[in-house]
Amino acid sequence: MLTILFDGIAYGMLLFILAVGLAVTMGLMNFINLAHGAFAMLGGYITVLLMQRLGVPFLACLPLAFAGAALLGALLERTLYRPLYHKPHLDQVLFSIGLTFMAVATADYFLGSSQQMVQLPQWLKGRTELGEGAWMLGMGHYRLFIIALCAALTVGLQHVLTRTRFGSRLRASVDDQRVAAGLGINVNHVFLGTFAVGSGLAGLGGALGAEVLGLDPSFPLKFMIYFLIVVAVGGTSSITGPLLAALLLGIADVAGKYYIPKMGGFIVYSLMILILVWRPQGLFVRKGGR
Amino acid sequence: MVGAQNSLLQSGRWRGWEYPLWALAFALPWLLPRQALIINEIAIVALFAVALDLILGFSGIVSLGHAAFFGMGAYAAALFAKLVMPDPLLGLLVGVAAAAVLGAVCSATILRGTDLTRLMVTLGVGLILMELANKLDWLTGGADGLQGVVMGSLLGRFDFDLGGQTAAWYSMSVLLVVFVVARRLVRSPFGATLKAIRDNRLRAMAVGIAVNSRLSLVYTVAAAAAGAAGALLAQTTGFASLDVFEFHRSADVMLILVIGGVGWLYGGVTGAIVFKLMQDFVSGITPQYWTFWIGFFLVVLVSVGRERLIRPWTWWRRAATGGKT
Amino acid sequence: MYKKSLLRAAALATLAFAAMQAHAQDNKFRIGLILPMTGQQASTGRQVEAAVKLYMAQNGDTVGGRKVELIVKDDTSIPDVTKRLAQELVVNDKVNVLAGFGITPSALATAPIATQSKTPLVVMAAATSSITQASPYIVRTSFTLPQAAVSMADWAPKNGIKKVVTLVSDYGPGLDAEKYFVERFLFNGGQVAESLRVPMRNPDFAPFLQKVRDLKPDALFVFVPSGAGAAVMKQFLERGMDKAGIKLIGTGDVTDDDQLNDMGDGALGVVTSHHYSAAHPSALNKKFVDAFQKANKGLRPNFMAVGGYDGMRVIYEALKATKGQGGGDALLAAMKGQIFESPRGPMFIDAQTRDVVQNIYLRKVQKQDGQLYNVEFDTIKDVKDPGKNK
Repeated sequence: MLTILFDGIAYGMLLFILAVGLAVTMGLMNFINLAHGAFAMLGGYITVLLMQRLGVPFLACLPLAFAGAALLGALLERTLYRPLYHKPHLDQVLFSIGLTFMAVATADYFLGSSQQMVQLPQWLKGRTELGEGAWMLGMGHYRLFIIALCAALTVGLQHVLTRTRFGSRLRASVDDQRVAAGLGINVNHVFLGTFAVGSGLAGLGGALGAEVLGLDPSFPLKFMIYFLIVVAVGGTSSITGPLLAALLLGIADVAGKYYIPKMGGFIVYSLMILILVWRPQGLFVRKGGR
Repeated sequence: MVGAQNSLLQSGRWRGWEYPLWALAFALPWLLPRQALIINEIAIVALFAVALDLILGFSGIVSLGHAAFFGMGAYAAALFAKLVMPDPLLGLLVGVAAAAVLGAVCSATILRGTDLTRLMVTLGVGLILMELANKLDWLTGGADGLQGVVMGSLLGRFDFDLGGQTAAWYSMSVLLVVFVVARRLVRSPFGATLKAIRDNRLRAMAVGIAVNSRLSLVYTVAAAAAGAAGALLAQTTGFASLDVFEFHRSADVMLILVIGGVGWLYGGVTGAIVFKLMQDFVSGITPQYWTFWIGFFLVVLVSVGRERLIRPWTWWRRAATGGKT
Repeated sequence: MYKKSLLRAAALATLAFAAMQAHAQDNKFRIGLILPMTGQQASTGRQVEAAVKLYMAQNGDTVGGRKVELIVKDDTSIPDVTKRLAQELVVNDKVNVLAGFGITPSALATAPIATQSKTPLVVMAAATSSITQASPYIVRTSFTLPQAAVSMADWAPKNGIKKVVTLVSDYGPGLDAEKYFVERFLFNGGQVAESLRVPMRNPDFAPFLQKVRDLKPDALFVFVPSGAGAAVMKQFLERGMDKAGIKLIGTGDVTDDDQLNDMGDGALGVVTSHHYSAAHPSALNKKFVDAFQKANKGLRPNFMAVGGYDGMRVIYEALKATKGQGGGDALLAAMKGQIFESPRGPMFIDAQTRDVVQNIYLRKVQKQDGQLYNVEFDTIKDVKDPGKNK
């Protein structure tokens, strides 16, 4: 049982890293970006290619995946996304789905449609087991690594958000864009920076997830639903909301499949519907927030 | 009061150009018999899109799970044809009824929340239904699909032929009927209240409009129409597979509707024509990478704006402040 | 006004589209190849298409005095699209043969078209038993899951495996594999601790594998569609199942040649049963693999590819035998009963069931020339599809 809990937490943290960028951009820019999964896919492919073609060690690939996705995010934000902020949501949906299609087809063209495999370094391949019988805690080293890294990132993100100038500008812009601009905050810069970091985190998540979730050109389409669930349940006005939502989702999914395998897929969707009907604004929304 | 009624009636009147348009549409299966199959497919998707427009365009309910009702209609009609009797029209009614019941039940879930929550709830419902259909494989045939749906002749006279002409006319007739009904619905005082709810729910409530019951009603109607589309699909193709519940169906129909334009009934129809034809054309040229070109089209469509897209000479003129199209 | 001009544009598009559909009447022999070229099953489509094109390149495009034309269509694994494409191919393009079909629902949906239009339908990929019974015009060159599953259920008890947990994907072929494996395994005196089914949309196998670990069987029997094998393998190793003494057995889809080499050394020693391995030691296979890799940037052919390759062989030989004359019925008759050597080994098309009868090999993953291959160590000859003997 403890092992299942552990696995669920690892899965949840991975989802969080993948989805936090989406939550922040949706809350900040009120832009529904369904192409978020494409940035994750990019990070995954950067890692795979660097490892397979250039022999770059796994750990070094992670910051590169982050940087690559962030760079592309910044570029696209400046050129394609910015003119669309004031368009109706449905147009944004159309646009981002179009981008996703293009990304999927491009990945297919250049890299083929089969699953890509990541070869982990030896020290990440092991497994530690503590305890006995039903209370045994089996921890795969890779999942332990994921949890540690994502926890560190979460702490870092929270710190940036609450203790730095950029963070306070970001929070101001999320709460009320007009007033923030009126106070002299360069909202365009805030958007650019946030979008870049959000996409970068998605890329990092994609790189980490290639081992656990698999990586192929249809990745953005397959996982978009899960990201959306995290954002919808967690709300878009904080980081802790999506974090808790992702953990809840991860544990529910893993535990559900273990204890009631016949109900596998139902658990997650039913849980989400129940939560959203009970608390339509998301589980963890600040009063007065959007 | 009379003035308002008159203006509603006036806007609901059929324009001159609409009659020849529909006449041309009905002539198509006869003029282009080789395209009858894709005409059938377009008619079905157009019907589905019109159904979605009722809630998305006219009532402001964002839904990514409308395929739930589409699938319900499909399986209900298929099972009816297989287990009870193969009459197409009765099967259609059964499909519509089943979807309407499901819609009434599910309408409780879409009454609260933001756009995003409604999106996710409808999506969740759609996916749960798919899982259910998979699990109940003794009834639905599971992942292999429900095979062996042989339809009787339409109105006792027209058989469903291999070339698909009967199917195309059948689907288009149903489309026309639903279109007329939908038009009456949205050009009525009821439709006006829907638009009021869409534009500003709080104000609509303040004026005394019973928001919840109206939304439930229109959701049920939209579900019934989607069920009709699903039933048509099952009847004209002769089987029903789990795919009718899939997320991509809901996503595709939303795409089609937005391409054509929400909030006017022809939007669904034109979107269906444009998207399906484009998809067929491009995938004939490049079976592997056609999704790229479709994606490219969507990105350009939104970036350049629909107005300007149809007039290529305006592409290089600086856009006026990014207004709504 | 925008709306009017959009309507006009749509009308023009329709007419333009219609105008482009002119087709000349000629004596060409057309093959309608319907495959999933995009979406989840895209790798199947790629492999089959590449193999089909390879066969045509190797054997020319004039057979029985007629020119062969290949029309490839993407059905994105949506069965009603498959059906419409098949209908259009038959009615508009007047194809003489339908081929391909990546998933079972696609083949089943298209069966009535084959029967109604008397067009032979060659199934090159889909693997559920019931497909060939859906129409008298269906011929299969791929394989059926029961063939592979039953062979494994015979081998396992003789090799120290008494207690097994089965893990299959929750769809047609998966349920076939589970049913026939469990039946034969129990018949052979084994014990099945549990039968787990994994939803198709599943991103994480971890909880299911954890459950297997807790049940402590001798072996885990796995079937997942080609493409998901790598994920299962990775999770299996990550959970330390091999160190806990649980063997991994299954049908060859788990060690799909397409992905095998990328699975890493953890896959060594996994035993599977299947009808084709890229390492099959015959001269014909070596030629096939080399030519395939050369034409496809080093991509290794897998069992889907060989299904496509042999499907073309069946079509070509049937066309030669009928000397290019006669309609669908004559062609079908010439397809039934063909016996030949395929890159997979000897095989024939059963004249009664129109299904493939072939050897099933037991293979172990080993390293050859620095790459991972499924190396065959045992053969069960001429396995008929058990699903039909009911």
